[in-house]
Amino acid sequence: MSGNPTPVDKDLLVGQHTDASLDATIGDIILDQSRHNEPQVKTPIKGLMSSPWQIMFGIGFLLVNVLLLSITMLIWNGIGVWGNNQPVGWGFDIVNFVWWIGIGHAGTLISAVLLLLRQRWRNSINRMAEAMTIFAVMCAGLYPLLHTGRPWVAYWLFPYPNWLGMWPQFRSPLVWDVFAVSTYMTVSILFWFVGLIPDFATLRDRAKSKFAQFAFAGLSMGWRGSAKHWHRYEHASIMLAGISTPLVLSVHTIVSFDFAMGIVPGWNVTIFPPYFVAGAVFAGFAMVITFAIPLRKIYKLEGLITMKHFDWMAKVMLATGLIVFYGYIMEVFYAYYSGVPFETALLHNRIALKDAPYSWAFWTLILTNGVIPQLMWVPKFRQNMTVLLIVSTSISIGMWFERYVIIPISLTRDYVPGAFGFYSPTLWDFGMFLGTIGLFIFLMFLFVRFLPMINIFEMKELLHQKTHDHGHDEDHASGQPEEVLS
Amino acid sequence: MSHGRDTSPKPFAVVAEFGTADALLEAAKKTRAAGYRDMDAYTPIPVHGLTDVMEWHDDKLGWVVFLHGCAGFSLGYFLEWWTSGGIAISNTALQVNGLNPYPMNVGGKPLFSLPAFFPPAYELTILLAAFGAVFGMLAFNGLPKPHHPLFNAACMGRASSDRYILCVEATDPRYDEDEVVEFMRSLEPLSVERVMTSEGY
Repeated sequence: MSGNPTPVDKDLLVGQHTDASLDATIGDIILDQSRHNEPQVKTPIKGLMSSPWQIMFGIGFLLVNVLLLSITMLIWNGIGVWGNNQPVGWGFDIVNFVWWIGIGHAGTLISAVLLLLRQRWRNSINRMAEAMTIFAVMCAGLYPLLHTGRPWVAYWLFPYPNWLGMWPQFRSPLVWDVFAVSTYMTVSILFWFVGLIPDFATLRDRAKSKFAQFAFAGLSMGWRGSAKHWHRYEHASIMLAGISTPLVLSVHTIVSFDFAMGIVPGWNVTIFPPYFVAGAVFAGFAMVITFAIPLRKIYKLEGLITMKHFDWMAKVMLATGLIVFYGYIMEVFYAYYSGVPFETALLHNRIALKDAPYSWAFWTLILTNGVIPQLMWVPKFRQNMTVLLIVSTSISIGMWFERYVIIPISLTRDYVPGAFGFYSPTLWDFGMFLGTIGLFIFLMFLFVRFLPMINIFEMKELLHQKTHDHGHDEDHASGQPEEVLS
Repeated sequence: MSHGRDTSPKPFAVVAEFGTADALLEAAKKTRAAGYRDMDAYTPIPVHGLTDVMEWHDDKLGWVVFLHGCAGFSLGYFLEWWTSGGIAISNTALQVNGLNPYPMNVGGKPLFSLPAFFPPAYELTILLAAFGAVFGMLAFNGLPKPHHPLFNAACMGRASSDRYILCVEATDPRYDEDEVVEFMRSLEPLSVERVMTSEGY
């Protein structure tokens, strides 16, 4: 996007593409709405065919209803319908909050950090990853909001002059969280929208229906691609990337402070910030892979999201996974080496095979998050969609267990044996969890249908860069339209 | 519609359409060399070097972002300092309105806890800087602006897809429409078009 980037890898854009064909490949997914309803898949009901989009959207829609039911139950009865109780005040709600926030980190990382590092392979996955960020943060935000018990007065979390004469306690990591997450949400939406403006202009000019023309004209805000506008646009993008990079690192750092600043054994560890951030990138990339594999197949985007992309995403996953695994080892080592009896007891409580009712969760975590991702060392597996899908799903499960091991399990047995207890989630805990997964799927498939899931103008830039770097070679028609060539 | 001024269509610019970014860049250089100053180009992707050729530069946005960031940082710390009892307000009217500070002793830490107050100030720095970048960019670009004379040009329909448009505006001191059209033809574009402003604008 800026300056003189390194030469583009040929394999990042496969097939004979021109500017116009990129518009068609990406833009027509939105402009030709019938594509989403082509009956291709057999359903369990005899003789009824359905489209992949309808099936996924249907699943999402069903689960959104589960979410609505769970929230209604919760608000009607109070948070007693959840399993949290003394001594475990933070259960599924906070586990899920941290899990979703973590998933929401790949978007900004791919958009901002890879932009600053001039990694052009981000171009075909950044839009999708940014959408995931926004939707994941929306899911995450629901949990602390509902955990307050009275979500209708959630604005009390913000500093504003009020007749009680009270202000937030700014030394609390929970108040930092309010600032970090709301800033992250706002900046992610702005970044996403700025990226969409030129694509909206493309769709406006390409649209046939009056409604689409009108809608995209409004969204593009009259973008006309002036050289002066592009100049400021790129300037703004690079600065947004520059300020989003410390933001993305700060958000999960602050989330980890919710624990690290506490005195609960197993929480009060200085390694939390870097290890949480690495875990977030790990989980985020896993989720991007989980969605990219079916989407590129359904919408035939194999030429744009290539094997090279999966290879590199798998490598990022492997690298961050190793950092996270190192974090697990260090946690065990700290607990042992500190000599603090409470830490040692907690370690026993986490990993021992006897007298430790939750150690199955720890070993599930080690298997899904530590062992299975090691498959990514093998180049062949990085190219195999089935293996990638299994590994990325395993990581999503593993990252959930990581938070489960850290949050409720540490709370079950802290200092006073008289206050030891157990934690078991209720039906409504699971309802909320499944419900937010549903909300995520629901929003993702709405996004795929109504907004360009790949950044059109950045793909054109990639095409031009490729033309410049590799000349007008045999596997690639030049960026020029045919009339000009003839 | 008329407010006493003439709103009939007037010449706005002459545009030439090119098939590639390189052809556009070449043409822009020639146009600048021919002495035209009020130029612009309309492209589907950012074409690097165009603004240099046009000898147009603008780095106001960086300052806007920087100042917004500074404002966010100061605002954050000011809010935290003041609400923690930075100054006592004796004015009862303000107290009634909830604008009095609320000092809290947390674990004997100083009322103004500089390190613990950093994260909110930091997040506000980023938030305001991002607002500065996005809204500053839109404001300097004069967006949103759904109507623009350029949209009257037929070739603009593909300027967001695969065409690269060069434009000499009527405000140019050397502007003479027929001359500009003649000059643009010599650049061997795909087409040349005269653009008028819309009726009523």
